[in-house]
Amino acid sequence: MAAVVSPTSLESAPRIMRLVAECSRSRARAGELRLPHGPVATPVFMPVGTQATMKGITAEQLDALGCRICLGNTYHLGLRPGPELIQKARGLHGFMNWPHNLLTDSGGFQMVSLVSLSEVTEEGVRFRSPYDGDETLLSPERSVEIQNALGSDIIMQLDDVVSSTVTGPRVEEAMYRSIRWLDRCIAAHQRPDKQNLFAIIQGGLDADLRATCLEEMTKRDVPGFAIGGLSGGESKGQFWRMVALSTSRLPKDKPRYLMGVGYATDLVVCVALGCDMFDCVFPTRTARFGSALVPTGNLQLKKKQYEKDFRPIDAECACPTCQKHSRAFLHTLLHSDNTAALHHLTVHNIAYQLRLMSAVRASIVEKRFPDFVRDFMGTMYGDPTLCPSWATEALASVGITLG
Amino acid sequence: MKLSLTKVVNGCRLGKIKNLGKTGDCTMDIPGCLLYTKTGSAPHLTHHTLHKIHGVPAMAQLTLSALAEHHEVLAEYKEGVGKFIGMPESLLYCSLHDPVSPCPAGYVTNKSVSVWGVGGRVEMTASKFMAIQQVLQPDWFQCLSDGEATCDEATSIKRARKSVDRSLLFLDNCLKLQEESEVLQKSVIIGVIEGGDVMEERLRSARETAKRPVGGFLLDGFQGTATLETRLHLLSSVTAELPEHKPRLICGVSQPDEVLECIERGVDLFESFFPYLATERGCALTFSFDYQPIPEETLLQQNGTEEEVKYVDQTKKSKTTSCNQEITSFEINLKEKKYQEDFDPLVRECPCYCCKNHTRAYIHHLLVTNELLAGVLLMMHNFEHYFGFFQAIREALKSDRLAQLKELIHRQAS
Repeated sequence: MAAVVSPTSLESAPRIMRLVAECSRSRARAGELRLPHGPVATPVFMPVGTQATMKGITAEQLDALGCRICLGNTYHLGLRPGPELIQKARGLHGFMNWPHNLLTDSGGFQMVSLVSLSEVTEEGVRFRSPYDGDETLLSPERSVEIQNALGSDIIMQLDDVVSSTVTGPRVEEAMYRSIRWLDRCIAAHQRPDKQNLFAIIQGGLDADLRATCLEEMTKRDVPGFAIGGLSGGESKGQFWRMVALSTSRLPKDKPRYLMGVGYATDLVVCVALGCDMFDCVFPTRTARFGSALVPTGNLQLKKKQYEKDFRPIDAECACPTCQKHSRAFLHTLLHSDNTAALHHLTVHNIAYQLRLMSAVRASIVEKRFPDFVRDFMGTMYGDPTLCPSWATEALASVGITLG
Repeated sequence: MKLSLTKVVNGCRLGKIKNLGKTGDCTMDIPGCLLYTKTGSAPHLTHHTLHKIHGVPAMAQLTLSALAEHHEVLAEYKEGVGKFIGMPESLLYCSLHDPVSPCPAGYVTNKSVSVWGVGGRVEMTASKFMAIQQVLQPDWFQCLSDGEATCDEATSIKRARKSVDRSLLFLDNCLKLQEESEVLQKSVIIGVIEGGDVMEERLRSARETAKRPVGGFLLDGFQGTATLETRLHLLSSVTAELPEHKPRLICGVSQPDEVLECIERGVDLFESFFPYLATERGCALTFSFDYQPIPEETLLQQNGTEEEVKYVDQTKKSKTTSCNQEITSFEINLKEKKYQEDFDPLVRECPCYCCKNHTRAYIHHLLVTNELLAGVLLMMHNFEHYFGFFQAIREALKSDRLAQLKELIHRQAS
């Protein structure tokens, strides 16, 4: 019988996370990541800058907003401009001139998002490039090789990702393959002292498969774990149960990164369930469609109702957009072809996400996280009891009651 | 407001315009340029990124074509367009049209002029025009005028005459309306010199407009598909008729070589849309305005080797006035494959944010991947480079070295 691995994991694994506070009711934790490019307070939301840029905003603007870690993408950067060039530019940090931390995804998600252009085998994922029709094989080894060249502070294993709406044997196949690919990534990783390789728990929406994956992967000597294969088309009821199952089996002294989650409500609930790190294109993408995030939801600023609204997006927000501009001006600018409109909203939405996580963290440290959750839900839904039922259930499962 | 000339050298005027703005304590240098904006914002730039640029002009240009359709919103806002756009400290000049987007011809009547916004045509009589200016409250604004004498291939004398007559009538009507409004009296009307390519009409327009109590003059109709060269003698004759102590603006001229030609013929202020056009074609301004360099070095550094410069020669289109969309010899095209692994800044020793922080290779990557940041970084560099050029002009004039600067620019123009 295999030895039972204690939740505090193996002695030799690097500890990059320091716990600062834990909620006495829920599983929420506040901590600090120690990464090569500086410390990062958790829980943290990481904006996504896929192609070596946060869309439309400079590195300096992102730094001024307080961001200390953001994402790049191996699949995209592997194609353009390619790892050799980035290596010549002194890694992704040097190429985009970002002084803080970077996390690169492995290219696994593109298997789902670009499914028509990809084919999965035990070897790896074969992609057909949309740009020149060329075929590339992204194997665990190749993904790690590219990420080694990129030099990001956290790198992700290549996982076999299936859409969360897929059922049947493919899910199990993908889960076991992800374990084998994790081992191949660990073996191929040339820079474990400089770059932290995270595993990604798979298993779809099947509790048994997830549990197996958790048991196996936590035996591996990695600095952190991601919860993958969620945040697709699955129901929220299934979603939160898989997150809760994962956090209950992941070691406490290592960071838990929930991939692809970014809506405010989801962030708050998943912090309660014990997650530390999040990424999502939603806030920055929705900005480019003219949508500004606020504590009560969002403002579709292109709509006529904002034409003469001379208030800032959010009177409480300290971001440059809210300090200088009104909804009415942004409405006007959004109806022009000046891209500055998009950048104003991108800045605000990132500020909103970071401010939210900051507030969450402060409430955990100050031992009032459950009250914070109730206030948050009240503001968002008018009354804490009006929040979606999946969220109410999820919070109840970790001891937080609303209303 | 007061224009004091420090010196006049070969027709070029060097000086300052003082006592500008609502508080009366702003100053502008001439020769100079205005910050080009689209819908009240520098293209691609937020306040944060705009203020990283060194040498941003004290006065920004707004266009009525972008703002006219929003006059109801601004009327309700009450506090003027400067505050609305988030530029309360900037001096503001409101032109009729956007120099970059040509407007359809044939819509000027004896009673009205039209501009085109996103929502379509906005027709303005003198009273509607002044009502809009009353709500915008700019520091300066171009008077309602008929600028279509040069729109057709061949200007007829009749059409040229009509452009002058109409513009004078509009001016007189607007001046009268200004007298009746306390708010409007805080803004300065810029009289518009029209007359197409007909010398007689140009002179008439200049003399008659100069008789009116305008704050300055806009030289309209020198842009367009015909070459600027054919109009330069007209320009000299026009400015000769204008009073010395009032500023002369020109619209539609923004390219470095053409700017110098116009300065030599008595023009003070220019629009800065040339750096914007370069940005939109994925290009960075690299032309040198360092007229006191170590010989030989500068051109080789900035624009590549002699061979490359010659190659650009062969493929360049014939020189036309500013609104052309072709790549000029004052810039490099960052989309070219040769920049893929070029880790130099856009321009060596350029102090702008882009050059201090990024490489040609990075800009190339952003352009190839269609990333929004390309426009932001190129705009920051191109504006700074262009404002630096104007600073060089002023310094050259001060130290009597304009001929050297002109020669340097001309060498790079062809």
